[in-house]
Amino acid sequence: MALIETPMQAEKAQTIFEKSKPGRRAAALPEAEVPEKPLAELIPERLLRAEPPRLPEIAEPEIVRHYNRLSRRNFDLDSGFYPLGSCTMKHNPRLNERVAALPGHARLHPAQDPKRAQGALELMWLLQESLSEICGLPHVSLQPSAGSHGELAGLLLTRAYHADRGEERRRVLAPDTSHGTNPASVTMAGFEVVKVATNEQGGVDMDDLRAKITEDPDDVACLMLTNPNTLGVFDENIAEIARLIHEAGGTLYYDGANLNAVMGHSRPGDMGFDIVHVNLHKSFSQPHGGGGPGAGPIAVSDRIEPYLPKPQVIRREGSNGHGPSFDLDFERPKSIGRLRGFQGNFGVFVRSYAYILSLGADGLAEASETAVLNANYLKARLAKGRAGKRLPIAFDRHCMHEFVLSGKPMKRDLGIATLDLAKRLLDFGFHPPTVYFPLLVDEALMVEPTETETKESLDAFAEAIEKILAEAEDNSDLAKNAPYTTPVRRLDEVKATRQPVVRQRLDAKA
Amino acid sequence: MLDTIGVSAVDELFEQIPAELRLGRPLALPEGMSEAEVYERLADLAARNADAEKQVCFVGAGMYDHYVPAIVDAITSRSEFLTPYTPYQPEISQGGLQVMFEFQTAMSELTGLPVSNAGLYEGPSSLASAGYLAIGATKRKRFVISRGVHPHSRETLRTYSVGYGAEVVEVGLEGGLTDAAELAAAIDGETAAVFLQSPNFLGAVEDVEALGAAAKEHGALLVVACDPMTLGILKPPGECGADIALGEGQPLGNRLDFGGPSFGFFCATEEQIRRMPGRIAGETEDVDGRRGFVLALQTREQHIRREKATNNICTAQALNALGAMVHLAWLGRQGFRELGELLVQRTAYARERLASVPGVELLHEAPVAREFAVRLNAPVEVVLDRVAERGIAAGYPLGRKYPEFENGLLVAITERRTKAQIDDLAQALEAAISAERGSFVGQDTTKEPQVGGAA
Repeated sequence: MALIETPMQAEKAQTIFEKSKPGRRAAALPEAEVPEKPLAELIPERLLRAEPPRLPEIAEPEIVRHYNRLSRRNFDLDSGFYPLGSCTMKHNPRLNERVAALPGHARLHPAQDPKRAQGALELMWLLQESLSEICGLPHVSLQPSAGSHGELAGLLLTRAYHADRGEERRRVLAPDTSHGTNPASVTMAGFEVVKVATNEQGGVDMDDLRAKITEDPDDVACLMLTNPNTLGVFDENIAEIARLIHEAGGTLYYDGANLNAVMGHSRPGDMGFDIVHVNLHKSFSQPHGGGGPGAGPIAVSDRIEPYLPKPQVIRREGSNGHGPSFDLDFERPKSIGRLRGFQGNFGVFVRSYAYILSLGADGLAEASETAVLNANYLKARLAKGRAGKRLPIAFDRHCMHEFVLSGKPMKRDLGIATLDLAKRLLDFGFHPPTVYFPLLVDEALMVEPTETETKESLDAFAEAIEKILAEAEDNSDLAKNAPYTTPVRRLDEVKATRQPVVRQRLDAKA
Repeated sequence: MLDTIGVSAVDELFEQIPAELRLGRPLALPEGMSEAEVYERLADLAARNADAEKQVCFVGAGMYDHYVPAIVDAITSRSEFLTPYTPYQPEISQGGLQVMFEFQTAMSELTGLPVSNAGLYEGPSSLASAGYLAIGATKRKRFVISRGVHPHSRETLRTYSVGYGAEVVEVGLEGGLTDAAELAAAIDGETAAVFLQSPNFLGAVEDVEALGAAAKEHGALLVVACDPMTLGILKPPGECGADIALGEGQPLGNRLDFGGPSFGFFCATEEQIRRMPGRIAGETEDVDGRRGFVLALQTREQHIRREKATNNICTAQALNALGAMVHLAWLGRQGFRELGELLVQRTAYARERLASVPGVELLHEAPVAREFAVRLNAPVEVVLDRVAERGIAAGYPLGRKYPEFENGLLVAITERRTKAQIDDLAQALEAAISAERGSFVGQDTTKEPQVGGAA
C-alpha cells in the first residue's frame, strides 16, 4: 500500500511550551488598587519562590489555535460511532451543559450556608429520589466521584456493617469477568479478592460460588457483581446468588456500569442487591470529557443506610405555611465518614437530573429497550458473513446492551489479531470496541452500541468489519500495519513505559 | 431489525430476565419533559441559590471564586474534548493525550517535582491516595497529619485509612501554624507519611522545609497539600523536601459548581513514578518515527493489574485538567506570577482593614497569601446572616470544623474581590457586629446556639 502522508501526519506535534516566546502573554489582570508592600515584608524571603514557574508565554489567538488544532487530533462521540463496551457512549444532550452553566449552579460556593443553597440541595435530593426509584433501593449518597469511588464506598460500607455486628470478614467474591476496578477497590478497602468462575452461559458458575462460600461462610464479606455482566448476559440465577450470599451473612454489591441495559425494566434492589453504584457518566449522559469528570452515586438498602458517607442531603417537611426545606446532615454517628471534599460532583448531578427529567419514566425504559435492540441487531448482523465465521459470539444467546466476540478464529485463520482489527477500524472512521476484555474470552471484542445509534450506523459498522475481514483474506499486512490515516500511526507503548518521558524538559529548551 | 434478530418484539429480548425480577410497571418518575420545560425547571432551582453573582463571595476554604477566562469555556466545550472516552486508542486521541502531557509539565513546574499524573478526582481524595502510595513505599501504616490540613482531607484520610488498616495521628496548631515540637514528637520509625498543607486551612504559610526535617529523619514520606494559585509566589513543595505535592485544582480554570467537578493534582519524585495513582501520559514515537503520546506505565493501573494496582481510579477529571491547562497558558509565566502577587497584596490589605474593625481581631499573625482568619466578638453565624442580607458572603465560619476557634472567620481573596468590595465587607461586619453586640448586652454571647452549618 502506497503511503502518502496526510497533512495532519505531516504536522509535527509541538507542545504549547515549545510555542512559548519570552514576553508574550494573553491575560490582562486588574490593578491591585491597594497600597502595596514589598513581598518580603509580607512573607519571609525563605518561603518565597525565586523564579516564576516556566509556564508558556503565548498570546490568546495562538492558545486558541493550539488547542483547536489539538482537538482535531481527537476522535469523539459527536463525530462518529463509539461502540466501546462497558462505557455506554451515549449522546450528551447540550441542554445539560446549558443548565449546568447557569450561575446559580456554576458559581455557587460549596460552603454556602444550606439555607442559601436550597435550590442546589433540592436538586440533589430530587436526583437521590430518582436514582432510588431506578435502582429499587431506598437510600442514596451522591458523594462518590466515579464508579471506582462508589465501589470503594460500598466496600467500606460493607466493612462498617460487619464491624457494627462485631464481625470481621475478609473475603470479597467477584467473577473473573469483573471490571478491573472491582479487585483494585477490594484491596484498597483492605479485603482479599476471591475469584468466582463463569459458567457456559456467561453467568456465575453456581457450583464454584457454592464452593467458595462453603470454604468459610463466616469470612464472606461481599459479592461484587455486574448484572448484566461484562459479557452482556443477564444472570438468571441472581435470586439464588443473592440468597446464598445473604445466608452466609455477606452483602451483595452491584457494579452499575451496565445499568443502561435495564433501566425501568429490572431493578438491582429487587434482585437482592444491598449496594449499587451508578455511573452518571454512562447511563445518565454526563459527557465523558476524555477521561472524566463523572460521578458514582450509591444506592443502598435499609441495613446499610446507617453507615452512608456524610454529609447526607435531607428534606424537612415545612410548617406554618412554609414549603419543605433541605439541609446537610452531619449527625450520622455510624457513618464511614467523608470520601472527598464538599458534597460531590454537583455539576454532574445537574446534567444527569436534566437528563432524567427530559426522558421521564417511559423515556428511560425506552432508552434501555433501544440499547438492547441495537446490541442484538448488531450482534445478528455480525453473526452473518465473514464476521460470523471469524469473529464468533463468545456466548451465543440474546444479549442485553452489549456482547462479546472472540477474535480467536480470525487470528488463527487470517493471522490478524483483535488489536489489528481494532487499528484497521480507525481507518474506516470508527472507534473500535473494547478489546482484550473480559479476560476469559480469547482475543475479546466487547461491543456496546447504545440507544444513540441508528440502524444505518450499525449497518455501516458491520460492513466495515466485513470489508476488513475480506481484505485480510488477500493481504493480512493491511490490518497488521494499520492505521494509515490517523494523525499518528501505531505508537510504541513499550518505550513509553520502559523509559518514561512524562513531561517537557523545559531546561533543555531556551 | 427484529427480523434480523429473529424475534417478533423487543420484549422477547428482555425475557432472559426472570419474570419475578421484571419491574412490570412504569418507574414512579414524572413523564418526560420538553427541552424548554426542563430548562425552566432547572433555572427555577438555580435561582434559589445565593451564588457569587448574587452575593460577593469571600468564602474560600478550599474552593475559590476566581475568574475563569472565556477561552477556557470555549475550548472545554468543544465536542472533540467534551465527548471522547479515556484515550485507550492513542492514534485517535493525540489531542487529549498531548493535553495531559502539557498539564503534567505545568503541574511539575508549579510544584517543583519531576513526575505528575494527569489528575485525580479532587483534593481530599488525592491526599488519601498519597497515603496508599506511602504504605506501598515504606511498608509502614501510620500517618501523621497536621490540623492545618483541610478538615475534609483529614476526614477523607481517616475514612480511607480504615481500609488501609492504618493509624492516623493529628498534630495541633500553635499561633496559626503546625506545632513543630508536637509534630517532631509524633513522627517515629513506623510513620509512613507526614501530611502538611501550605498555606494551611487558616491561610498561614507554613515553613514546610523546617517542619519536614523530622519526616526525612525517620524515612517517612513528606506529603504537602498546596493551593496552586499561590505557587507563583511561594517556594514550591519540591524545593522544600516534599516527596509528594498534591491538592485541589479548582482554582485553576474550574468553576465553583457547588463543590465539583474539579480535579486533584498529584506530583512526586522520580522514585515514586511506578507507585503513582491515576493516568500518566508519556511521550513516544509511532512506527514512522513521528512524535506521539500514549498512556504510560499502565501496568500500575486497575485494568491491567487488578487487585495489585497502585490505585482503583479509572474515570478521573480529564476535562477539568484541560480547563486548568488552558487557564495556566492564558495567565502565562508573567501573568501567573502577577496574579499571585495581586492576591498577596489584596489579602494583606483586607487583613489589615478587617483587623481595624471594632470587634474583629486576627486569629493568628502568621504570614498569609490569599486567605486569613479573624475572630469576631459576636456569634459568627448570626453576623454572617446579617452580612448576607447586604449581599456579601463574608467567609467560612471556622467553628464548623474547629471548636477551638468558635466565632473564627476565614476570609478568602481572589482577583475578583476589589478594594471597594473589601471595604464594603469591613463596613458590613462592623455594622453587624455592633448590632449584635447591642442586642446581646449583658448576655454571654459564647453560649449562643449556632444556626445552619454546612461544611
